[in-house]
Formats: sequence, structure tokens, C-alpha cells
Amino acid sequence: MSIGHTLLGLLESGPRHGYDLKRAFDEKFGHDRPLHYGQVYSTMSRLLKNGLVEVDGIEPGGGPERKRYAITDAGITDVQRWLATPEKPEPYLQSTLYTKVVLALLTRRNAADILDTQRAEHLRMMRILTDRKRKGDLADQLICDHALFHLEADLRWLELTAARLDKLAEVVAK
Amino acid sequence: MTPPPGSLLAAEELRKAYGPTVALDGAEFSIHPGEVVAVMGPSGSGKSTLLHCLAGIVPPDSGSITYNGHELAGMSDAQRSALRRSEFGFVFQFGQLVPELTCVENVALPLRLNGTSRKEAEKAALTWMERLEVDGLRKKRPGEVSGGQGQRVAVARALVTNPRVLFADEPTGALDSLNGERVMELLTDAARSTNAAVVLVTHEARVAAYSDREIVVRDGKSRDMERVV
Repeated sequence: MSIGHTLLGLLESGPRHGYDLKRAFDEKFGHDRPLHYGQVYSTMSRLLKNGLVEVDGIEPGGGPERKRYAITDAGITDVQRWLATPEKPEPYLQSTLYTKVVLALLTRRNAADILDTQRAEHLRMMRILTDRKRKGDLADQLICDHALFHLEADLRWLELTAARLDKLAEVVAK
Repeated sequence: MTPPPGSLLAAEELRKAYGPTVALDGAEFSIHPGEVVAVMGPSGSGKSTLLHCLAGIVPPDSGSITYNGHELAGMSDAQRSALRRSEFGFVFQFGQLVPELTCVENVALPLRLNGTSRKEAEKAALTWMERLEVDGLRKKRPGEVSGGQGQRVAVARALVTNPRVLFADEPTGALDSLNGERVMELLTDAARSTNAAVVLVTHEARVAAYSDREIVVRDGKSRDMERVV
């Protein structure tokens, strides 16, 4: 999962301090793996260097946690590109896909489109593997089958999430 | 939306309701000769209704369906029946074979109904049974063969008239993975070799992966996944 893109997406609703960003990240996406403060500040300084965020204000008292960050137009474009680009189909993608869907809902983008784009990419990969399986020997068949079963599980998750988008939007909005 | 040029079968703005239940709500579809198109979607999304409308089994409330440039709604019931018998083939999930007939008689049945002699019909039936690897079952009755074998016999029967469109509704739904895959391999190979178009309704992604293209139906609306990426 791209922490940079996730933090950028969280900034779209308005400028935030570093500690506020960490809290929002942990609440929405951290689950049992909260971010370290160090990760937040190293990520923010990289985004700052790349012109994707800017410092919107500094509270008196010094220290990196006092900076308030705002997303730039280039940052918004970067989030949009990341959300619209399907992930390379591979097992255990759920955390990245989940993050993309939630961020899309938070930023009022079309989350169903993100799921469908990913679904099409998964099925494209499944077609390639099915074709390879048909032409290959038993070893090829078994290796392709392993990948196919995992991709199928992902695809079922994509379908189920698509069917639950309205409910998820309600939860995310709280 | 106008169907792509060269479409063999195309539908636009299809609407169909069963009482208060809306099954199709502006669905679109198109398929070219030799193409395998998977129709996917959750249960109750309208995918089977779409197949039934495309095959001329159920008339839509509104919208147009054209086969080979001819509007289905403009045909008489007899013309639509003739179309289904001679140009279309069907494979379903269950119970398609006549239990009293042997497997070869089942496969030959569509030709017999079209007036072909028994000898000619069974000769053609055996050719298809060989391709589907079930020619050894010619004298057995459907009750004496396994589910996977029975489904291959059903595929042979659907293809024996050399249809231009094969409609397959969950053709592997009752089979285990291995049998299901073999049926899909044989079905798609056979259809491609005769340049038949295949409309494949399935809820299984691994079955849909045998297709060239995927349409997803949700709440009676269709989405062509080729146009998503």
C-alpha cells in the first residue's frame, strides 16, 4: 500500500497537521498496524520536496509536528492517477484495494469505477493464465491454477465490495 | 448506443419487468462471429433474462434485438422458433437430455427434428461426440453417465446443427473444477473451430476466463468491461 498516496488523499478534504494525519490514517486504514510518527514526517517531507503538498501554516513552538500541510493541484492529480490505475493482479492485494476504495469514497470519487477497473485487469490476467494453461504441460497447469484460484478469490472480494459500496460509504462518512 | 459494426447479435436499451420486478433496465449487448462473451453478475441481476431475450425465448418490453441485421421483434413466432432450431444452440446447467433416448439419439435429436434421416443425423452426432470425447457413450442413456459426461453430450447436441450462436447458461454450474474446465476447453475449442459466437452466462470467474470479453450485469444494466480500462 502506498502511504504517500493515502496521506495525500486524506489531505484532499482540507489541510491537516502531521499528528492529525497520523490519527486519521490509523483510524481509517491502520487497524492493527498504526503508522509511526517518523513514517508520517519522512513521507510528508518527500511529498513536500516533490511539490505534491505545501506547508499551509506553522504553529508556534517549532518541531515538525507543528506544520500544517495542504495538498497542491499536482498532489490531487497524483492521487487521481493512483486511484484510476489498476494494481498489478497478484495475491494479497486487499489492503491496497481497500484503501483505494475508502479514499475514493472519502474524496467523493467513483469507487465503483475503481473496483470495475481492477476487476477487468484481474480477468485480463486470468485469461492469459487460462490460455497458458491450455497450451502448457501439467507443471504449467498446476502453477497457473494456483494463481487462478488466488485471483478468483480477489475477484469475489471485488464483487462483494461492489455490492456493499453504499453501506461502506455510510460507515466511512461517520 | 449503436452496436459495433459487424455484430452478429446485438441488443440495445433492453427493458423487461416481471410484474413489479425489473429484470432488465436498459441493457446493451453485442457479439461478433467467433467471439466468446461472458455475461457475469450477481444472482438476480438479470443475466439469465438477458440471455433469454437475446435467444428470442422471452420478448423484451422495449428495446431492440437484431440478429444478422434482422429485428427479432419483426419476426413471427414461427420464424423465431425456426431461428432457434437452426441458427442457435443451447446448453443449460441441468436436465437437458431426454432420459428415454440413448446419448447418440439425444445428440442427433435436433437434426431429426429438422427432418434429417436417422442415419445421417446419427453420423453427424457421432462426429460431434468424438470431438467432445464422449463417443464411447453412444449407446448409454443419460441416467448411466456422469454429470461431466452428460454435459459434454449436451454440448455435442447444441453444436450438431452447426449453430451460429451458442447460448450457454451456467454450463459448468453442476460440475467439479476439473470436469468444468474440460467442458469449457472443449466447448470453446469447438465453437471457435466453427466460428460460432458463444454467449456464456456464468458467475464463476475461472469459467469467464475462457471468454474473449466480459459483460457485467448489475440491477438490469450492463457494462462492457473492455471499455472500463
